[in-house]
Amino acid sequence: MPSDTDNYETVVRERRAEKVAEFEEHHRGFMGNVQHALHVTPSLVPLIVLVASLILFGVLLGSRFFSPFALTLILQQVQIVGIVAAAQSLVILTAGIDLSVGAIAVMSSVVMGQFSFRYGIPPAVAVVCGLAFGTAVGALNGWLVARMKLPPFIVTLGMWQIVLAANFLYSANETIRSQDIAAEAPILQAMGAKFEVAGAVFTVGVVFMVCLVMVLAYALKHTAWGRHVYAVGDDPEAAELSGVNVKMTLISVYALAGLICAFAGWALIGRIGSVSPTSGQLLNIESITAVVIGGISLFGGRGSILGTFFGALIVGVFTLGLRLAGADAQWTFLLIGVLIIAAVAVDQWIRKVSA
Amino acid sequence: MTQETQRKPLLTGRNLVKRYGRVTALDHCDFELYPGEILAVIGDNGAGKSTLIKALSGAVIPDEGEVTLDGKTVHFQSPNDAREAGIETVYQTLAMSPALSITDNMFMGRELRKPGFRGKWLRQLDRPAMEKFARDKLNDLGLMTIQNINQAVETLSGGQRQGVAVARAAAFGSKVIILDEPTAALGVKESRRVLELILDVRSRGIPIILISHNMPHVFELADRIHVHRLGQRLCVIDPKNHSMSDAVAYMTGAKVPETELEPA
Ligand SMILES: Nc1ncnc2c1ncn2[C@@H]1O[C@H](COP(=O)(O)OP(=O)(O)OP(=O)(O)O)[C@@H](O)[C@H]1O
Ligand SMILES: [Mg+2]
Repeated sequence: MPSDTDNYETVVRERRAEKVAEFEEHHRGFMGNVQHALHVTPSLVPLIVLVASLILFGVLLGSRFFSPFALTLILQQVQIVGIVAAAQSLVILTAGIDLSVGAIAVMSSVVMGQFSFRYGIPPAVAVVCGLAFGTAVGALNGWLVARMKLPPFIVTLGMWQIVLAANFLYSANETIRSQDIAAEAPILQAMGAKFEVAGAVFTVGVVFMVCLVMVLAYALKHTAWGRHVYAVGDDPEAAELSGVNVKMTLISVYALAGLICAFAGWALIGRIGSVSPTSGQLLNIESITAVVIGGISLFGGRGSILGTFFGALIVGVFTLGLRLAGADAQWTFLLIGVLIIAAVAVDQWIRKVSA
Repeated sequence: MTQETQRKPLLTGRNLVKRYGRVTALDHCDFELYPGEILAVIGDNGAGKSTLIKALSGAVIPDEGEVTLDGKTVHFQSPNDAREAGIETVYQTLAMSPALSITDNMFMGRELRKPGFRGKWLRQLDRPAMEKFARDKLNDLGLMTIQNINQAVETLSGGQRQGVAVARAAAFGSKVIILDEPTAALGVKESRRVLELILDVRSRGIPIILISHNMPHVFELADRIHVHRLGQRLCVIDPKNHSMSDAVAYMTGAKVPETELEPA
């Protein structure tokens, strides 16, 4: 009965949603080419926006804005957010989110300060303890996400509250004054050390941020670990089936994010001089903003850390530019809001390449 | 044929059970793959074919039963364990990361690192070597039409994706290659290539498990056919002694096979 077989075949064939192989390249129009370029290099959009905003404020404000001093001031102002946003990028690339970044940064700085001043531990060792603390909290986040299969949003929302409360309880809401640190534990302020090159002022923290972005960009692109981070964010089941250790990759990402946040906490002491348990409260939202404006997809697996860096700089340029122009600070927030929505719209458009 | 039946199976499953909530996808299922053969697995949609091969490839950990490879019991905890044992699988879903390149996907989980300092300390990937390897393997499959080995997999057609997944398995499988509907999205020409590749792999002495709904393909290639029904092995038939409509009748339950296991 060959007809039976034929019927069976048709039934099976009709079930297939996928198309039969199709090999010819179809032509893309101009917009198609733009879409394709953005698909290949997702940090292009934030770079264009960054350059455009630099030109815009340069034209409007002239040398008040276009001076080595003002431009490097932007770098100093974004260093903390930039470092935290690098951590946030890693987590968001795995299709997660880390709401505890700010709390980890602040608590790590408190650990560094209190260990030095309360227990008399050598400040350099106290710094290492602070970094270890951040890593441990990050690893705990990662363990809860990867092993217990809890949603990252919930895990880090909880961890944010826990760490922040622990921060206030442990520090007894006490600030360690800048003069005391300078006198007894100057290494805590090391990230704030300034040096000048032809009117441009840099801090160790700024240099750290730039180096961090370079190292992470390299690791994400040129190491197996980096490829696994993307694969896990893209489609965790597929990654697992094709041989990625998804759990370990997730845990390593959250732990590394915790470590980077602890570095941000150290840089925070350098920036404000003192150790203050109430500082850094906006780091969550600001880091997510930089990541989104930087073109990293909140659905994971797409975007680049350079984009985040540009995103952080865009926010810095708008903030300083509008302030120098004498505009109400609310304009900054309004424009940032527009940028966020625009960035997500562009992300959706780029994704259509695959459809 | 007596010497054939006395051969020891290479890969077996005994009494495999896998439940998903109230669905029993595998219901005390047995399975044998002999060295050097092409074993086709056929069955209706939802019969449990994919679940069976996943239990053999470490993607699913069976609730009960045991899997042996080369006569030794194995307990694969992840697909990676099975891959290390030499079992390579093309899953029905293809298991590729859409945003990553063809090369990245082919080497996922077993990337090559640069020799010397850059590989050892900077953990740098050896992109040129991986790209060359990937290009060669795709050429073997006749997928020359893929222009850029570094294009994202999501920019490939369904058929091209399937080709890449098959090339990956053929390139790395050393003991067993499992193909879950490898020609489902392929055109006539590309399907032919995959069939040739399957024969080529067998001529290298590597046995293949082929799941397919395409009866002409199954009857053309298979040495034995495992008919799967309602989570169990209904029978194993020799394609030389049965017609395609018999096979379809067995798997749909329209006809009952006379013997459970035919010597092949
Ligand atoms: N991850 C899962 N969760 C819940 N149920 C599942 C899962 N995977 C499979 N099943 C169920 O197990 C049964 C067998 O599924 P399986 O995918 O093995 O079938 P199949 O024989 O491969 O079918 P097809 O020909 O459509 O690929 C089905 O009833 C299916 O709904
Ligand atoms: Mg299936």
